[in-house]
Amino acid sequence: MANVLAILEQRGGTLKRVSHETLTVARRIADGLGGEVHGLLIGGAGVQADGLGVFGADTVLVATDDALADYQGDRYASIAATAGDFDVVVVAATALGKDLAPRVAARLGCALAADVTEVRYDGGIVVARPVYAGKATYTLKVTGSPCVLSVRPNAVAPEQTKKPGASESVTVDAAEPKAKTVEVKQPERAALDVAEASVIVSGGRGLKEPENFKLLEDLATALGGAVGASRAVVDAGWRPHAEQVGQTGKVVSPNLYFAVGISGAIQHLAGIRTAKTIVAINKDPDAPIFKVADYGIVGDLFEVVPKLTEEISAIREG
Amino acid sequence: MKLAVCVKRVPDSEARIKVGADGKSIDGTGVKFVLNPYDEYAVEEALKLKEAAGSGEVVVVCVGAEAAQETIRTALAMGADRGVLLMSDTLPLDPLPVATALAAELKDGGYDLVLFGKMAIDDSSQAVGTMVAELLELPSVSAVAHLDIADGKGVAEREIEGGIEVVEFALPAVVTADKGLNEPRYPALRGIMMAKKKPLDVKEAGLDAGGLEVLSLDYPPERQAGRIVGEGAEAVSALIDALKNEAKVL
Ligand SMILES: Cc1cc2nc3c(=O)[nH]c(=O)nc-3n(C[C@H](O)[C@H](O)[C@H](O)COP(=O)(O)OP(=O)(O)OC[C@H]3O[C@@H](n4cnc5c(N)ncnc54)[C@H](O)[C@@H]3O)c2cc1C
Ligand SMILES: Nc1ncnc2c1ncn2[C@@H]1O[C@H](COP(=O)(O)O)[C@@H](O)[C@H]1O
Repeated sequence: MANVLAILEQRGGTLKRVSHETLTVARRIADGLGGEVHGLLIGGAGVQADGLGVFGADTVLVATDDALADYQGDRYASIAATAGDFDVVVVAATALGKDLAPRVAARLGCALAADVTEVRYDGGIVVARPVYAGKATYTLKVTGSPCVLSVRPNAVAPEQTKKPGASESVTVDAAEPKAKTVEVKQPERAALDVAEASVIVSGGRGLKEPENFKLLEDLATALGGAVGASRAVVDAGWRPHAEQVGQTGKVVSPNLYFAVGISGAIQHLAGIRTAKTIVAINKDPDAPIFKVADYGIVGDLFEVVPKLTEEISAIREG
Repeated sequence: MKLAVCVKRVPDSEARIKVGADGKSIDGTGVKFVLNPYDEYAVEEALKLKEAAGSGEVVVVCVGAEAAQETIRTALAMGADRGVLLMSDTLPLDPLPVATALAAELKDGGYDLVLFGKMAIDDSSQAVGTMVAELLELPSVSAVAHLDIADGKGVAEREIEGGIEVVEFALPAVVTADKGLNEPRYPALRGIMMAKKKPLDVKEAGLDAGGLEVLSLDYPPERQAGRIVGEGAEAVSALIDALKNEAKVL
């Protein structure tokens, strides 16, 4: 039978929401192939794998070992590559998935379609892959079997179905990883990452000074979103590289993206092409960002943003 | 210390991408090609490690068409010692065939460390380096923004969502370089002159087709310019109304 393996992701023992998207894609392919979806959750003792039938898992394989709480590339890869006989392996293209997917594909000696934004089954697996920093998109047909797909976070909306989703534990060999994650450093303020956030408030050189990003942090907090940045302010040392959006930063697909004091250079736009709604706030009516924004306000961000934060907080509280 | 760096020839990040007449590949005419920006970090790191070790060799390996010799020469001009071009007029989108060819070339080279870019900015698979490591059964760390090598061991830091993973490994190993790892040097005129005389081996790559078939290459749907809802702070209410009732994202 043509089964699909969906590699799920946890952090600190809690399943990441992106795993629902992974299962949704796996379900779609399995329905096309007439097979089952087997989730695979790897982590420390006590990881939670309940309720995944809702997103289409027939079963969930749970591989636990305290030494697997943090990502260990070669051990995770060996567990995934030996979890069973699968036609397709699906994983989210997160920091973990981008490292894990090529490992699994190399071990299986098969094709990898990386960071895909659309997946459908049409007599075979057909995927869309943005390339050249989003300036063009390939439509590809997978010709080999097995194959590995990594799916860009937020690109596929989770869909609910009803499958058993019973968990089953798998035994893992105790092995020393070749390259070992010894620590995961957490920033002082654990910020939501732009790659995963559904709302992003990004700022650029128009903010004038690093301290002024407080305005955007307040707006992001009111919206439950993350703060992003243009390369200009990252290069200036105002914001960490982790927040950079664009060609040499992160490609993001939030529901709502605010570009505040950002001109809209092509390399910045490369990162936000798949955002659902873009709002631009810029004092220059000719700024290129207005050519891609769904909604724009021409004006001084120092007047607009505080007002926006105030009104949004009022809605959220009311 | 013996180091290898794998580099790719890619269209410049500012190049306008034109879909070719076949509707399945880009039209490269008039496009400026460069050494993949992430590979510059990899070359720089290799040069620094060789300099710190006091001796050694930095070998640049590329799978590509004839014109990729230019890309290798750029890395040689930065200071690498010699180049190897594995010739192939076309490159499959599936990263495995290129990884397989590179792994075969690197296998018996006796390298202490093999460096890659985090991703090629054209196909952006973020895969080739990690695949090569797996094929050679070497430890690997991808998207490395900080690297320390000493006494046959390495410690690398890589950015993950909301944190930084610290990874330890023993040499020989593979790392892929992210922005922030270093500041790549510009080739000096002297370097450019010297690069012309450095050895560059050319052989056939003999790539497989891979397991992905291109159906089409298209431009992404143009984002329609939306509308200016107003000017200044007075426009905030109109914006909120549009986000709530039109876009339905609030
Ligand atoms: C190879 C390469 C890769 C790159 N990768 C990236 C990338 O990944 N991400 C990225 O962002 N850039 C990238 N860039 C850089 C990019 O080309 C631009 O330089 C950068 O995006 C500009 O940042 P900015 O919009 O913040 O600054 P600017 O272009 O200086 O724009 C500032 C904007 O703020 C507005 N403004 C000023 N004051 C106010 C005010 N009081 N109220 C409202 N608006 C105001 C101005 O009108 C202006 O539009 C890359 C460049 C290259 C060459
Ligand atoms: N054709 C190639 N020749 C040599 N190295 C390559 C080639 N393609 C990719 N690489 C290397 O692998 C890295 C990742 O590429 P990719 O997996 O295509 O995003 C690049 O930064 C290069 O270091």
